[in-house]
Amino acid sequence: MSINASGWRPEAPQQGTSAAPTFTGNKALMLEEALIFEIGDTTTTGVEVAAPAKVQSRLGELARTTAIGLPGLSEPETVRHYTRLSRQNYGIDLGFFPLGSCTMKHNPRLNEKMARLPGFADVHPLAPVDTVQGALGVINELAVWLIELTGMYGVAMTPKAGAHGELCGILCIKAALEKRGEGHRKVVLVPESAHGTNPATAAFAGFKVEDIPATAEGRVDLDALKSRLGPDVAAVMITNPNTCGLFERDMKAISDAVHAAGGYVYCDGANFNAIVGRVRPGDLGIDAMHINLHKTFSTPHGGGGPGSGPVVLSEALAPFGPLPFTERHADGHITLVEEETVDDRHPDSFGRMTAFNGQMGMFTRALTYILSHGADGLRQVAEDAVLNANYILRSLDKTLVAPFGPSGPCMHEALFSDENLAEGFSTIDVAKGLIDEGYHPMTMYFPLVVHGAMLIEPTETESKAALDQFIGALRSVAERAKAGDVALKSAPHFAPRSRLDETLAARKPVLVWKDPVLAEAAE
Amino acid sequence: MRYLPLTSQDRTEMLAVIGASSIDNLFVDVPEIARLDGPIHGLPMHASELAVERHMTALARKNVAASDGPFFLGCGAYKHHVPASVDHLIQRGEFLTAYTPYQPEIAQGTLQMLFEFQTQVARLLGTDVANASMYDGSTACWEAIGMARRVTKRAKAILSSGLHPHYVSVAKTMAKFTGDVLETAAPHLAPEGDIADLIAAIDGDTSCVVVQYPDILGRIADLSELAAACQAKKALLIAVVTEPVALGAIRSPGEMGADIVVGEGQSIGVGLQFGGPYVGLFGCKEKYVRQMPGRLCGETQDADGRRGFVLTLSTREQHIRREKATSNICTNSGLCALAFSIHMTLLGEAGLRALAETNHAGAVAAAERLVQVPGVELVTPVFFNEFTLKLSQEARPIVRALADKGILAGVSLGRLYPGDDALANGLVVAVTETTTAEDVEALATALQEVLA
Repeated sequence: MSINASGWRPEAPQQGTSAAPTFTGNKALMLEEALIFEIGDTTTTGVEVAAPAKVQSRLGELARTTAIGLPGLSEPETVRHYTRLSRQNYGIDLGFFPLGSCTMKHNPRLNEKMARLPGFADVHPLAPVDTVQGALGVINELAVWLIELTGMYGVAMTPKAGAHGELCGILCIKAALEKRGEGHRKVVLVPESAHGTNPATAAFAGFKVEDIPATAEGRVDLDALKSRLGPDVAAVMITNPNTCGLFERDMKAISDAVHAAGGYVYCDGANFNAIVGRVRPGDLGIDAMHINLHKTFSTPHGGGGPGSGPVVLSEALAPFGPLPFTERHADGHITLVEEETVDDRHPDSFGRMTAFNGQMGMFTRALTYILSHGADGLRQVAEDAVLNANYILRSLDKTLVAPFGPSGPCMHEALFSDENLAEGFSTIDVAKGLIDEGYHPMTMYFPLVVHGAMLIEPTETESKAALDQFIGALRSVAERAKAGDVALKSAPHFAPRSRLDETLAARKPVLVWKDPVLAEAAE
Repeated sequence: MRYLPLTSQDRTEMLAVIGASSIDNLFVDVPEIARLDGPIHGLPMHASELAVERHMTALARKNVAASDGPFFLGCGAYKHHVPASVDHLIQRGEFLTAYTPYQPEIAQGTLQMLFEFQTQVARLLGTDVANASMYDGSTACWEAIGMARRVTKRAKAILSSGLHPHYVSVAKTMAKFTGDVLETAAPHLAPEGDIADLIAAIDGDTSCVVVQYPDILGRIADLSELAAACQAKKALLIAVVTEPVALGAIRSPGEMGADIVVGEGQSIGVGLQFGGPYVGLFGCKEKYVRQMPGRLCGETQDADGRRGFVLTLSTREQHIRREKATSNICTNSGLCALAFSIHMTLLGEAGLRALAETNHAGAVAAAERLVQVPGVELVTPVFFNEFTLKLSQEARPIVRALADKGILAGVSLGRLYPGDDALANGLVVAVTETTTAEDVEALATALQEVLA
């Protein structure tokens, strides 16, 4: 392989590759694409900017005199570059994406259209509040539905992602404890099966994290939890439905015990998708729960974000939520409570988590989705998500080991382990084999409490035919792994790349492009 | 319920395979007390695409959009023209509906884009490396302060008076809980910032000095001396850029010696969106990379020796290190990073420089016109595309009066610093390539009427 200034050039046929090499590296619709640094240059631009007015510069001594090194492409080249890159990506639009705990469901395009209305997309966060009543209306209306759907008292809308929402909830808890004069409560209990963000969040906010074990059936060990509660415990962080795919049926008992011991209950609401419209977390005694709007209410994940993580709060915690927030007055006018307008009525707010008003673009999409589904549709969302997950669990539990199969119905996702595969074969081989079958693999190796975990989340937007086809494919790959088919060890064979060397990447990090000619000259 | 493909016959057949007599049997683990059997209070039943579109459009019409009239708001969010191909490309389903690239063999599109983004950002900020993006500029700023604490093992951060007050608020919120000590003050309506004061304040307990460039009033200061002073005391210099277009016209903070440079990338490709989603930029010197928060994409090879990209250095991250992670962040602002990267590729160096020049020239012309209005004084003689005016009256009611005339005139410092009488007459005005000479004339005329 070599790279030159005009693009990608393969050197010679690689041994073991089935197809003959080509000069370009391209094969019909399988396209190689060079980096912009290899095909662009600093004099090319794809935009035309109006010539500047003739003025005396006011940049002082700081005017730039050296090059930045940003390559440009013309508009047609730019469109081709990114279109070609897009073809090396798998997305939910292309096929089934059963990534457990991530809730990859269909993204309705109406949501996109609504988020792009100029009245939402082209509005400045510091515009006078009288000129943004519609934007504040979206935030306020969505907030009302989130409170209704969760049975909680208030909601903090500004957190920018699920993990940011966790931080918000934990900060509310910390502020409430300090107000009570119990700032000495420094311990947060986190079940073993929790998302890694939970302990990271608690530690970030200055708490000491202690693990709580799970029972053999995959739920929080209530007795172990109760025996650890005491005057030093600030809160419990729990995920429900949990990461083993199960509903924590002792949730109310857990909440009652934590409250009796003077602590608060944080619920990771990443899996709210499975219970929306059927279960109200507030009725289970939860004090704070973030909702990943992108998961439950379908905003596209965009290859890594943005997400949005509003946090619903109990009456005890609501006063401590962050600025800014909206207030609807009797005449329908909505105000934005921020530094300028916060007054004696909101003395306990812990301050700001982000510069502006949260993920407005996600709010618009989520509200559009909620109104599209309505009360009946949202309930059906949860029912179909749970039905689809259980269908996968029961259709595959004779092929793969389902460690918590006997624990009762799963909720949003079905969990399997790699225990019955052939010697030397593991989850990763099944996952990479699925790529060759045209699927995005399931979540791998998570939760940590299960050996070689495979976490499959179908969501409610898959048809029975789609599930049946996937079940057939996974069964086939699993049977090959059980039979020790060595071809699986080098899968995928039909992806843009074969298995990538992650160890090399971490050992010698190359995080930015360096001109190989310059790099060589420098050596 | 057009997004749900199961038919009632499918449901019956599937329940039979599962061995459940009804859907309720799948919810048996939910305690009675939490079951919601009735309708959701007040929420209407499902609605057609047309009906929802009507409702949302009616809400959108209640807003004044930035393009509805003369518009001069900035202070951390800027109205720039975004080429049509940017939004077209980010809406390709393979980008739009992909997840975090956990399976690199079928996510090379996202990964290569992130590698290109990281390189573009590092070059723009003048740093050795950059990450795959943060939530926004304000949270990136906080994460940088946390990173400085990890690097220096010290907990006193000195924030410049020119740092955006909302960024200061975010840092203060977090510091309440982490125990960091933050020292800061409100700015003075003065031509120059507080560099000398910052240098004087650095001591052996200082983890970092945080300075905004250009600052909240639009002022630009040479950071070289401050960087040297930080280095001498083993504190880190963190520079915050809320208007990255400026770096097409002025030297980057990294070139002047900043250790960490963070920024708000909204200006390039993303759009105003009432505050979010935005894209946080985060770059630093190479020696600090293992203390960096957020996701990183790195180059590697596949089993056939071909170049490819993966998420890397994940041993810093929450899913592996749990309570010892550098941050609790478990994603990035991927789609906004893509928009930024596409727009930056369209601009290229030549386009960015031309854009910056046009922004600056427009702002200079606007400042020169506005100071002709009686009762208007220019506070900041050196600026990029945003400057501060001192009005003869309090600026907040003036901004509201001008909004009634259809002109969004700028951000009053009274809104950003309530209760600070010395700043009440300050108005921060931003001018970009979208501002026309007619817009400036309209603002000048209206301001003259209102101030009279």
